[in-house]
Amino acid sequence: MKKLINEPGDVVSEALRGMAAAHPDRLRVDHENRIVYRKDGPRPGKVGLISGGGSGHEPMHGGFVGLGMLDAACAGEVFTSPVPDQMMAATRGVDAGAGVLHIVKNYTGDVMNFEMAAELAAADAGTEVLSVVTNDDVAVQDSLYTAGRRGVGVTVLLEKIVGAAAEEGRSLQEVADLATRVNDNGRSMGMALTSCTVPAAGKPTFELADNEMEVGIGIHGEPGRQRLPLAPASEIAAMLVDPVVGDLPYQQGDAVIAFVNGMGGTPLIELYLMYNEVAQLLDRAGITVARSLVGNYITSLEMAGCSVTLLKADDELVRLWDAPVNTPGLRWGV
Amino acid sequence: MEVGTFVSWLRDAASTMHDNASYLTGLDSAIGDADHGANMDRGFQAVVALLEESSFESVDELMKKAGMTLVSKVGGASGPLYGTFFLRFGTALAGVSPITAEAVGEAFRAGVGGILQRGKAELGDKTMYDAWAPALDAYDAAVADGSDLAGALTAAAEAAAKGRDATVPLVARKGRASYLGERSAGHQDPGATSTTLLLESAARTLA
Repeated sequence: MKKLINEPGDVVSEALRGMAAAHPDRLRVDHENRIVYRKDGPRPGKVGLISGGGSGHEPMHGGFVGLGMLDAACAGEVFTSPVPDQMMAATRGVDAGAGVLHIVKNYTGDVMNFEMAAELAAADAGTEVLSVVTNDDVAVQDSLYTAGRRGVGVTVLLEKIVGAAAEEGRSLQEVADLATRVNDNGRSMGMALTSCTVPAAGKPTFELADNEMEVGIGIHGEPGRQRLPLAPASEIAAMLVDPVVGDLPYQQGDAVIAFVNGMGGTPLIELYLMYNEVAQLLDRAGITVARSLVGNYITSLEMAGCSVTLLKADDELVRLWDAPVNTPGLRWGV
Repeated sequence: MEVGTFVSWLRDAASTMHDNASYLTGLDSAIGDADHGANMDRGFQAVVALLEESSFESVDELMKKAGMTLVSKVGGASGPLYGTFFLRFGTALAGVSPITAEAVGEAFRAGVGGILQRGKAELGDKTMYDAWAPALDAYDAAVADGSDLAGALTAAAEAAAKGRDATVPLVARKGRASYLGERSAGHQDPGATSTTLLLESAARTLA
């Protein structure tokens, strides 16, 4: 294992210290509970937005805390859900009297821990909490026989759009309904060229030969649905775009926000090359790209590979997408 | 049975999880996200720290505190699941004296019920429940046959091991391994494995 670390057990806490040191203008970090807070919050009358999950997906979620996005993010161990204590503390910390929305990615551990936190918050009394669970990954069949689809790329788009709506002063129910609408209109699919190494494990989660790739991966270094021979970018783009487009389905005349995300170890030059392929495929399908996002936003440590997310976007969603945001991970309009 | 006996179980379980951390993480690398051993070790070490800091008057108080510690320290799905087991196990023993094989059986049933409620798994989904369910059945059958606590726990641990081994050919339908679909077959479930370790530890210490 070659990593820029001191001790494997200290990776998360030391990275949080680095975030606090790098962004003292925007962030405040509760190191004991491992919670990243927006520096200028809580703001009276504003719905609080919190998310959280395992670490190793940076900039998600801590890098999306700030004006126009999240009010707090709970950091778990690498690829491990945070615990109810953290979510409880964050919920109390961002409650400004208008209620709190929990944004949860659909993984068994995340859902269970956020559920326990919501139950404890109800028993604790006071804060009104609603939850939205993202589940946009078309690689997983949504059926009684699986844990359901994973929450992946749409989570980033949702945190931005819903964050803008909360900033406008909308009610908790309105913000939660919007979050559900974003999730319902988003779909994603990912692939990996390499595995990644969880610091505590010390070796790659799986082995991939030089001429192989994994298609249908999530964001935890887990193997995908299929191992296939490596293919040119144009063919890989079709393997990702076709199942995404076919699933909602996105149709001729639809406008979308198109998001090509890097898994952490792929350079931007390749992500733009992929975006070019994706844009051509969408153009051929008669789908208009209203806005785009290209870069490493929801990652899987140093895994090489990418994912494609489409979000069907009407004028309102595009307007909320364009609204000012000032976080370490996304910043425009300010 | 005294509080001290249950403290011995928790200490033994902690050293067992520590010794098997790499093994559990290795199993989890094949079909999950390579953290199960590290998480169980961290959680049970926190339970040991709790035992160092505090003394407990009753078994139910001890088990509930241990459960809350696991919920707070393990993370993932295993934290809520094992934490819920100990919370319910402790709650069922509140005010119970003496703690007989039957009383432990009731607590065992309450704990497994909590896991089922939180995890919503069914038998054959390739989860820890595939070890818990046959273990509980074997425990009950042994007690019904007149077995003492040691005998019943040994029967439970043996049944858990069989359940654990039976997860190998299964296709996962719950938890992170379910994302692999057919590719999850041929691997032993890490959760069923840690459950078996916990019950083997109980059989060694709670008698």
